[in-house]
Amino acid sequence: MNDNKPHYFEFDDQDVVLEVINLQKHFPIRRHASEVLAGAHPFVRAVDGVSFQLRRGEILGLVGESGCGKTTTGKMIMKLLEPTHGSLVFNGEDVTHTGKGSEIHYRRRVQMVFQDPYASMNPRFKVKDVLEEPLLIHKVGATKAERVQKIRAVMEKVKITPYEEYSERHPHMLSGGQRQRIATARTLILEPSVIVADEPVSMIDLSTRAEILHMMKTVQREMELSFLYITHDISTARYFTDRISVMYLGKIMEIGPSDSVIDQPMHPYSRALISAVCEPVPGKANELKVLPITGEIPSAAKIPAGCRFHTRCLEAMEVCKVAEPELLKVGKQHYAACWLNTDEETRRKSREQAVAQLESRAKTA
Amino acid sequence: MTTNVLEVKNLKLHYFTEQGVVRALDGISFEIARGETLGLVGESGCGKTTTGVALLNMPSPPGRIVEGQILIDGIDIVGMNSRQLRREVRWSKIAMVFQGAMNCLTPVYTIRQLMDETYREHTDKYTKEDANASMLKYVNMVGLPDHILDRYPHELSGGMKQRVVIAMALFLEPSLIIMDEPTTALDVIVQAQILNLIKGLKKNLGLSYIFITHDLATEAEVADRIMVMYAGKAVELGSNEQIFGLQGPMHPYTAKLLAATPRLHQKVDELAFIPGSPPDLIDPPVGCRFAPRCPFAKAKCLQVEPTMTEVGPRHQVACWKAIKDSDYERQ
Repeated sequence: MNDNKPHYFEFDDQDVVLEVINLQKHFPIRRHASEVLAGAHPFVRAVDGVSFQLRRGEILGLVGESGCGKTTTGKMIMKLLEPTHGSLVFNGEDVTHTGKGSEIHYRRRVQMVFQDPYASMNPRFKVKDVLEEPLLIHKVGATKAERVQKIRAVMEKVKITPYEEYSERHPHMLSGGQRQRIATARTLILEPSVIVADEPVSMIDLSTRAEILHMMKTVQREMELSFLYITHDISTARYFTDRISVMYLGKIMEIGPSDSVIDQPMHPYSRALISAVCEPVPGKANELKVLPITGEIPSAAKIPAGCRFHTRCLEAMEVCKVAEPELLKVGKQHYAACWLNTDEETRRKSREQAVAQLESRAKTA
Repeated sequence: MTTNVLEVKNLKLHYFTEQGVVRALDGISFEIARGETLGLVGESGCGKTTTGVALLNMPSPPGRIVEGQILIDGIDIVGMNSRQLRREVRWSKIAMVFQGAMNCLTPVYTIRQLMDETYREHTDKYTKEDANASMLKYVNMVGLPDHILDRYPHELSGGMKQRVVIAMALFLEPSLIIMDEPTTALDVIVQAQILNLIKGLKKNLGLSYIFITHDLATEAEVADRIMVMYAGKAVELGSNEQIFGLQGPMHPYTAKLLAATPRLHQKVDELAFIPGSPPDLIDPPVGCRFAPRCPFAKAKCLQVEPTMTEVGPRHQVACWKAIKDSDYERQ
């Protein structure tokens, strides 16, 4: 299993809690009559080969625009979706295709905070029921008293106190921020080692957004949790994460320490994303922004050949149209998948190789 | 002769609910000069959208404008009847791009049918030729090709739909457009493209905007002047430079909001946040509405409500601390 690990997995096994190797999810789409006759099977390649390591006690951001596959990746990690290809390694153990029986153990260790705190809680449950449910499902705490003890402790952790006041409330009696705290508490109560948070603050008011992120970061440090923070908002990602991976059309374009990715982006797509972010500084109200990108995002059913970003890239070269670049080291723990980071010789060779491959494939066909 | 497109004087809009009177908009005043963008910013429930809807004189029941004046090109629209409003004001003088409008385009109509309906509704002298010519002109102006008119909404991407909605606001040539969170649901790159479009139209057509958003960072990139709202009131009104410049905002609420806005190019260990939540608008606090959450609140703030006071050229603040009130300073 270790042989097919990507070359950019540089962290030691004992530091790593979760490994995602060449994960893919292809959704079949409805075929035209002509496609059925031709025997073609069109797919939406939502996630198209994603690999990364998540270290113990680390917050990794998955950043990208809608449709880039970040949520699908999160769902596969949660085992809510079965991967088409690739593997999921948790604490050194391959858990990709474990059945229902052992899934429950995995789910206890890997928990999720959902985007919408209004939809993710049963409206008929009280706060104490919301928090007790995972304990009952996973058979944690033999007696009621023991469970209440745990609920009390976890509510203190997410700063929803006093217990007497809040435990009897229904979700509609809580603000968005409070709900997201309870949603976090619900994951923490099982003492997981990984939390997947899919846009946990995007529906929360700006004034409390920072408070929720701050709370999450505090418990993350206290409990040495690993976080996978899925977001489209690169500004909160900078504050919240240790490392960022930028995704585009189902693949990682760049991955590295948050500061280096944002201060020295090595992929044109990351540069475009960063340049598009609004900043609260004066004097820009009447100037147009220069965006180093063109066109619109292609459909995941028709991913461009070569580098999947080349159709929108202002710096695209000949090689980009035929050969897909790999993630290459561009700095300390920092990798980017772009031909611009290679020398002319490599580009020429890779291009010739790709063209030759295409020709031989055309011949056999 | 005034150069102001819009003047709002002491506007109050209340919702008469079963629980009591919600004072969603409780006396706000401002004006917008021709070719100027005013940003409205604040937390959810502060009255930003209510302001937008009030300016079209279109409060949703049980809401009612209870006081104040809305002068568009010098004419007060508060007392107008619904026919007058529809034929003479809405869309021809002032148009609005509603929040999430791009997702509310009727799916069974083509863009042409949708636009035609708006055109028909708001003009007295409708002809098909005029409508088609106008549609084409504005669809191209927002950067869309001609054939988009015969497409259905589901065939367009989010950015394209937002452009369609903007074109729909433009095509009866209003002088003022209210944009309610026009970029919130869009991806960052598309968002930046739409902001560029909005700024370009302003320059080319001499439009004025009211730009409503909860995000100060977006406001910094579009608004010439910014009005910060809190619990149905304006708390600070100043220029882009006055709010985002070195001196910084004068009102503690604006300052807090700005500190809570993440900056991409500045690594901070801890983002600021505002503890507590906004007050109940059925029974708002007696003094300053922000006082219960304000770190600088003193006895005076809890007793007497501050009013908007000039502290610099076209810069107003409603805060006892900011205006260096003598009672406040003594306490």
